[in-house]
Amino acid sequence: MSRLFVFDDEVEQSSAAGRARPFQSTIKNQKSAIDPIVTRKPAIGNSVLPASRLAIRPAPEMVSSGIPALDTLTGGLPRGCLTEICGPASSGRTTVLLAALAAATRRGEFCAVVDASDALDPQSVAAAGVQLDRLLWVRCGGNPPRRQGGTEGNFLEVTPKDRNEPWKTNQAKHRLDQVLRATDLLLESGGFGLIILDLADVPPQAARRIPLTTWFRFRRAVENKPTILLSIEQQPIAGSCSSLLLQLSVPNSQFSEEKPSSRPAHTQLLTGFEINTELIRSRLERKPVRGITFATKTAWAG
Amino acid sequence: MPFACIYVPNFPVAAVLRAEPELKARAVAILEGKLPLEKILAVNEKAARMGIASGMIKAQAELCAELALRSRSPMQESAAHAALLDCAQSFSPCVEDTASDTVLLDLAGMESLFGSLPKISHAISSRAAALGLEVNVAAASNPDVALLAARGFSGVTVIPAGRETEMLGSLPVEVLFADRLTGEEKEASDRLLETLDRWGIRNLRALASLPEVALSERLGQEGLRLRQLARGTAPRTLVPVEEPLVFEEAIELEYPIVLLEPLAFLLNHLLEQLCARLAARALAMQALLLTLELDSLNQQSKINNQQSSSESAIENRQSKICSRVQKFSRTLRLPLPLLDAKIFLKLLQLDLQAHPPGAPIVKIHLAVESARPRSAQGGLFLPPTPEPEKLELTLARIAGMVGENKVGALEILDTLHPEGFRMRRFMAETAKKNEQGKPHTVEEQSAVTALRRFRPPLRVHVTLENGQPVHLVCQKKDVQGRVLWRAGPWRFSGDWWEREPWSRDEWDIALQSSALQNVGTIALYRLVHDLLGGGWFVEGRYD
Repeated sequence: MSRLFVFDDEVEQSSAAGRARPFQSTIKNQKSAIDPIVTRKPAIGNSVLPASRLAIRPAPEMVSSGIPALDTLTGGLPRGCLTEICGPASSGRTTVLLAALAAATRRGEFCAVVDASDALDPQSVAAAGVQLDRLLWVRCGGNPPRRQGGTEGNFLEVTPKDRNEPWKTNQAKHRLDQVLRATDLLLESGGFGLIILDLADVPPQAARRIPLTTWFRFRRAVENKPTILLSIEQQPIAGSCSSLLLQLSVPNSQFSEEKPSSRPAHTQLLTGFEINTELIRSRLERKPVRGITFATKTAWAG
Repeated sequence: MPFACIYVPNFPVAAVLRAEPELKARAVAILEGKLPLEKILAVNEKAARMGIASGMIKAQAELCAELALRSRSPMQESAAHAALLDCAQSFSPCVEDTASDTVLLDLAGMESLFGSLPKISHAISSRAAALGLEVNVAAASNPDVALLAARGFSGVTVIPAGRETEMLGSLPVEVLFADRLTGEEKEASDRLLETLDRWGIRNLRALASLPEVALSERLGQEGLRLRQLARGTAPRTLVPVEEPLVFEEAIELEYPIVLLEPLAFLLNHLLEQLCARLAARALAMQALLLTLELDSLNQQSKINNQQSSSESAIENRQSKICSRVQKFSRTLRLPLPLLDAKIFLKLLQLDLQAHPPGAPIVKIHLAVESARPRSAQGGLFLPPTPEPEKLELTLARIAGMVGENKVGALEILDTLHPEGFRMRRFMAETAKKNEQGKPHTVEEQSAVTALRRFRPPLRVHVTLENGQPVHLVCQKKDVQGRVLWRAGPWRFSGDWWEREPWSRDEWDIALQSSALQNVGTIALYRLVHDLLGGGWFVEGRYD
């Protein structure tokens, strides 16, 4: 029998052992010998491996998000991956953001928040327990600084170019541009344990303008690094680039009109609210979609 | 005891060539004096071969097309002299500042550090070349012998003890009078030189062989001193100098610069010189001060043009002010002492792009505040931290995009004002230092409800019922609708002793949005009633 494949030895042995077997079983053996994806140990050591086993990616390290209930759902936040947290207004996204910052700064890591809407509240940050020395805040938007204008290469001009460009209609695009460029620079600089893109107030139609190639570039930039890249937005926009996607919501029953409060307003106090969290996608461990609910409390609730 | 002398021949030319290395291949002459009586002060070898000599007037020199003429620059000479001192002090702590072009070093004990005398001399020459100076270096057991040898012989010379008279003998007597003297001292030295010339004494060997008594009868103590110098037996101790550590470099431009690229080229050259000088002293840069002198004539013409359109007293005063030199300064203060010319250049470029000078530049001056370099020991198990050099560049780039006061760390002020915070510089090292004294606690807190602020706050129109808000109307469509739940009001006030006091009532409300895209959704907001101004604002949203 001519030698065709490296598995021929095994075929020979099996055919020698069972020469009396029917012709079909012999054919079946030969077919299985030819099939390279068959799940059996190769005869000659490990010199030939199927392509699916060539690159075994280690599972990313998971770190606490600062909220124990969230950690039981997802296992924590993965390092070297992009995580998306989506939800409508008042769904608890910023609460989760600050909890993650507090946990990261407690671990001694440096964090950065690229704030597209300049919406971060310093009092809330301090109340959440974030160590302010370790937090870099990039406040996007506002008036652009002086830029090189006038004739090409003449940097002495102090007036910004495009003075007649309408500011409002391009405000969202300008902010997004700043957010993406700042994120690029921070990822390139390295050394940060957590980088957060706060797109919570960016309208979905504007956020969807961010091309997928940008998200892919961000994902590649954090791969194999100890940095957690976290994006807060209203709707998922990173597609398959995110390794973890969480959807937050608040049960409307807490403040619904079906339960009008008879107590006067000055006796009421906002002590917090409940947040529903649903695990939409996780590339890290295949789990069925499920959710948890956890409560937040305000800084003055005690 | 060994001594070394570093001498820079043709010092005015050398100072200019240090600032403009591209002129080394050309014939260069240095002018001194005021127009129209400018004369050649010094020339380099190429210019001398072309027939250009000291004392020529400018018009004569300009006939030679290949000659590069430069005015004498005290600033460049000062920088070159400082570089010379830095070079010397990197080899010995005892340095005498003999002249602007000459320094003497005491090398006692240095041989065990740097090697033999020839090795030290060659190292000095190499170090000076790295600082942009072509020098003569001479080593001898007597400081005056080393000085004469450095002035008389080019390159590196080592005179063994006991052979001073023999090796100095071939030098001309003029080398004894190479100091730049003025007034009566110069006249006296000229007379001595003339006398020696009449006697036929042309070199030091002849001078050294003159009888001592006869020489003292004719030339006095000065003659005896010259004889001792020629024989290499003049006793002297060095007078070491303690120079203040001033690291400055400057360059005056022949024509004004308007583009960033040539400015960056010149800044790079100056920064490299400063970094080399700092490295020679084992120091680093803590702060960098850039001062640019601007072309005041251009400013003057701009003001004059404005005057022609409107004759106002204010503009007349401005024109008088602008006739003086305009200076533009920028200070870069670094969080840590660094020593990388490329990073400084990039930071300066980013800063100048964000803050352009506004007029052509005629002079550049860089000064450095020095400090000991940082010594940081990384740990194997510590969390990652941003590299200071990369972080500084990243922050400068981001600040160029969003504004300087829009990136940094938070500092909460001691006030009840809701926006009582300020941005300060983000420094990775500060956080590390603050952490060293505190024990690491691993306690976790429950999730704290966060507020997202609207900057500026959204002005709303509120419908009240029994003094409580029931409906909001706002330009931002998703922040208007019916109030389902409310808590408050909570009264806050402060700064009543300041110019801008504030007083407000705060409400926490649950608002059912009436916007088309999200009808019925409920969100929590902080509603504020400004008691002093009377307006209603939505300050933020709980999220």
